[in-house]
Amino acid sequence: MSSETIALAGVHEPSRPVGVLLHSWVTTVDHKRLGILYILYAILFLVIGGIEATVMRIQLIVPHNHFVSPQVFNQMFTMHGTTMIFFVAMPILFGFGNFLIPLMIGARDMAFPRLNAFSFWLTAFGGILLYFSFVGGYGLYGVGAAPDVGWFAYAPLTAKTFSLGHSTDFWTFSLLVSGFGSIGAAVNFVATILCLRCPGMTLSKMPLLAWLNLVMGGLVLLVISPLTAAQVMLALDRFLGAHFFDTQAGGSAVLWMHFFWIFGHPEVYVLVIPGFAFASEIIPVFSRKPIFGYPIMVGATVAIGFVSMSVWAHHMFTVGMSSYGNTFFALTTMVIAIPTGIKIFNWLGTMWGGRLIFKTPMLFCIGFLFQFLIAGLTGIMLSAAPFNWQLSASYFVVAHFHYVIVGAILFTIFAAFYYWFPKMSGRLYNEKLGKLHFWLFVIGFHLTFDFMHIPGLLGMPRRIYTYEPGRGWEIWNLIVTIGVVFQAVAILIFVGNLLYSMFKGVPAGNDPWDAWTLEWSTSSPPPEYNFAMIPVVNSRRPLWDIKHPEDPDWQYE
Amino acid sequence: MTWRLFEKVRKLFPPLRSSRHRGLLLLAATLFSLPTSFAFAQGPSAVPDIFNTVSTPADAIRRLSFFVLVITGLIFVVVFSLLVYAVIRFRHHSTGDDREPPQVYGSNQMELAWTVVPVLIVLVLFFATARVIQSVQDAIPPANTLNVTAIGHQFWWEFRYPALGIVTANELHVPVSDRAHPTPTFVKLLSADTDHSFWVPQLAGKTDLIPNRINSIWIDPHATGMYLGQCAQYCGTQHAKMLLRVYVDSPEQFGAWVAAQKQSAHAPDSVAAGRQIFETTACINCHAVSGTVANGRFGPDLTHLMSRDTIASGAASNTHENLKLWIHDPEAIKPGSFMPAMNLSAHDLEAVTAYLESLK
Amino acid sequence: MSTAVISHEPIDSQWSLPYKGHVGMLCLIVAESAIFTIFVVAYLFYIGKSLSGPTPRQVLELPIFASICLLSSSLTIHVAVAALRKANFGAFRLWWFLTLVLGSIFLVSTAREWRHLIYDKGLTITTNLFGTTYYSLVGLHAFHVTVGLIGLLTILLLTLFRRVQQEHAKNVDTFAMYWHFVDVVWIVVFTVVYIIGR
Repeated sequence: MSSETIALAGVHEPSRPVGVLLHSWVTTVDHKRLGILYILYAILFLVIGGIEATVMRIQLIVPHNHFVSPQVFNQMFTMHGTTMIFFVAMPILFGFGNFLIPLMIGARDMAFPRLNAFSFWLTAFGGILLYFSFVGGYGLYGVGAAPDVGWFAYAPLTAKTFSLGHSTDFWTFSLLVSGFGSIGAAVNFVATILCLRCPGMTLSKMPLLAWLNLVMGGLVLLVISPLTAAQVMLALDRFLGAHFFDTQAGGSAVLWMHFFWIFGHPEVYVLVIPGFAFASEIIPVFSRKPIFGYPIMVGATVAIGFVSMSVWAHHMFTVGMSSYGNTFFALTTMVIAIPTGIKIFNWLGTMWGGRLIFKTPMLFCIGFLFQFLIAGLTGIMLSAAPFNWQLSASYFVVAHFHYVIVGAILFTIFAAFYYWFPKMSGRLYNEKLGKLHFWLFVIGFHLTFDFMHIPGLLGMPRRIYTYEPGRGWEIWNLIVTIGVVFQAVAILIFVGNLLYSMFKGVPAGNDPWDAWTLEWSTSSPPPEYNFAMIPVVNSRRPLWDIKHPEDPDWQYE
Repeated sequence: MTWRLFEKVRKLFPPLRSSRHRGLLLLAATLFSLPTSFAFAQGPSAVPDIFNTVSTPADAIRRLSFFVLVITGLIFVVVFSLLVYAVIRFRHHSTGDDREPPQVYGSNQMELAWTVVPVLIVLVLFFATARVIQSVQDAIPPANTLNVTAIGHQFWWEFRYPALGIVTANELHVPVSDRAHPTPTFVKLLSADTDHSFWVPQLAGKTDLIPNRINSIWIDPHATGMYLGQCAQYCGTQHAKMLLRVYVDSPEQFGAWVAAQKQSAHAPDSVAAGRQIFETTACINCHAVSGTVANGRFGPDLTHLMSRDTIASGAASNTHENLKLWIHDPEAIKPGSFMPAMNLSAHDLEAVTAYLESLK
Repeated sequence: MSTAVISHEPIDSQWSLPYKGHVGMLCLIVAESAIFTIFVVAYLFYIGKSLSGPTPRQVLELPIFASICLLSSSLTIHVAVAALRKANFGAFRLWWFLTLVLGSIFLVSTAREWRHLIYDKGLTITTNLFGTTYYSLVGLHAFHVTVGLIGLLTILLLTLFRRVQQEHAKNVDTFAMYWHFVDVVWIVVFTVVYIIGR
């Protein structure tokens, strides 16, 4: 096996006028730039969604508070949920996938670059349409027409009778538009991973990030469409007088729930699987060992993808399904815990016997492992349907899913940020600030979301703008709100660190982490064409093979 | 073979480097050991705690939940200890040599073991769960069941006792049930508008009220008292104040309550003026008072308004001042509810309030 | 100046991966199948649940001729693509045009059926659950046929301007996959609406 060193001339672009620069970014079809656009877009909405959460927490800090009216509060929880899922989590994961997949599989771009750009702009426009609702359209009580039906918009609350004006329509159409963007992105992911891998990279030699994004892409194709279908039906009801969810005409409110959760549950796996992908790339590098059990990690993820399509009605244990229905969904939900739990053991196995380096990406991954464990265990509690009859629609559930989305997914996203920031920007972030971000955020996260379980156990339902004193809920709500302060400060430090390091950070070089996948073989940031020559690989860790020619991976795989 | 397996597992745990490391591990274990205080007093409480249960469905759920908590707690302790151990033991020390550690790609035996054990745990949990689902959902009402129909409205509860001919609102009265000779209450759950959910944690898990669908829930409380709950499915602006009370009465109390509720309204002549205003304004579009011309069904039945401790579905206590305020400016108590401000003159307001206060 | 260290082997001529156009179209078909599945489920769920109004048996007539036209168009498009692969441009144009004609006949027939249902039988999307689910499911399919017809027309025009060459057979075949999908969906819709539902 021969290897060459190819010198890439340092690319010094002459500084261009701002207008030309902006135009190049707006019209780009380069996967790296689109990836960064997705990520920046998501960070903006992360801050907005965080403000919405803060408004809610201030309102709930004491009982019978008057910080905002019930109408505004109901808009806040609807917008917070919708924003965080569709305009933060999905874009940021599509962004990282876009940036990384071609680099990690040795390709020059995604399969369909123009579709890629189109998908981004659809998603972006969807978000703008949603937020236009605050200022546009007919509003109740003068507070604008932002949707206030909850992020899952149960029928018949969304019927014209109960949801006056156009607030629900903003919800429907913004998600329809961004849904098409998501489908476009997923088409690109699947086609790229299946069709553009570099020579030698069979499916079993692909980095886990590529495998997991392949599964995620497939899931998106299957499950965004049910949401699209349901929203088309809702729009037909509201605009053309159809009766899909019109209970007065014999329609079924439960049918909406089925359609929504057939989307909604696999959606959370769409969000968590790329998070797993980040952990599966980062933990090995900072443990100085390969991932433990690559084939099982792939198999478990594919299994999760399939089983996730059979568990949806565990969101509906209280709607009065028969005991057979409830039993079935309890079983499938417990079953999906198995491949998910196995992965925790595989990550532990990767760390075991290694040489752990606690840089910021690894710290966030360890936090992820701890929190994902707890989130999975509260998930098992919720899967026991009778227990669910007490816990559902209470703050226990809110605590559980925030534990997954913030404690697991967002932690892996932070890890990914710190890990690949040098590759994207060419500079190192400030390690001390990174660690400060981690510890502050961990404290805030646990203050908020650990103690949030307790009001749920004491009977506090979700989506209430205020609560009665004397029920034992006050102290816990106070602690939960205090945690928000730590998280907000941590996020500010994070954003500041990234902004500062982008301009003043130490140059990173190609491979600051001594890692093993293909993206670290090219410059930081990579040139537009990614690689001077398309690489040929022989194992899952091509750079390990090069750095350790006496002990290459392909002898063991 | 078990011994060899044990030896293999033991060798996976190289001894901790120093007593400092061992101390850290002990501290971590102590800090994260599960809290074990559960409520042991079982009776009515101001705190609607799902573990302070007085009725069979809630009891069954509590027992199942303890079982689940023990299992998940054990899993947590095991996995968390492994994580802490790994983080302490395998930390890179810069004085050590720079060689990469042994590159281990996997282990089929380990992966098999940590697949089989979760499968067994899931089977155990599943059977325990299935049993409780069946015992609660498929319970057959005995002959002496009290049947109540609950109809959810935005943002109040309508309760009808079909066999007794009673209609009331927001505060449900049920007889206490003896453990030996149970007298449960079966509540049929309907909705007049959107989705709601009936949740009184101390009595049962929640079940939704869905329009065009008939659901049901049953309770057999064995301790008298007042139990708190509220609507648990977002139903619109005032979902938060769609509160719920269940009064579990002794047989004598319940009998007396039923007898009083069955009577029509008797308004003394002193409130005739207020009654006149009530019956000639929009009040009767929404409200009913049995024995009078008022038979609106959009809002709560007011025939025995003064037998209730709260108004506006629990949003305010049933006092003279609150009644006046509710009629005059409902937005002050429950902004976004469908009670309109009645725009009565001060004199008329006093008269109507006095009439309502006669509806005992 | 940055350096990249990579492994450089002679490119293995055996290394071939699927054509991205086909994979992309398959992905789209998967997503579209999921949308149709939900509408079909809604249709099946609401069979017999209308509170009033005309029933399927009272108003629906089997669109046999239109269905034969649409399903034959799958055959004609297949022949057209095969002709293009052999650079037989005359045959390609003819069969492609036939496909367009057959698809248009189907669409016109659907339009006429709807006109009859609305004006003569009084069935609209607001009439009852049957009306809601019928118009939405058949309408969703007709929308996809329309998109397909626009694509067929576009390629026909490009062909007439001599822009479609033999090497484009793969791309045209990718579009043909979409058209086949539309036909398969019609088989499902026909079975559900006109056979099971009646």
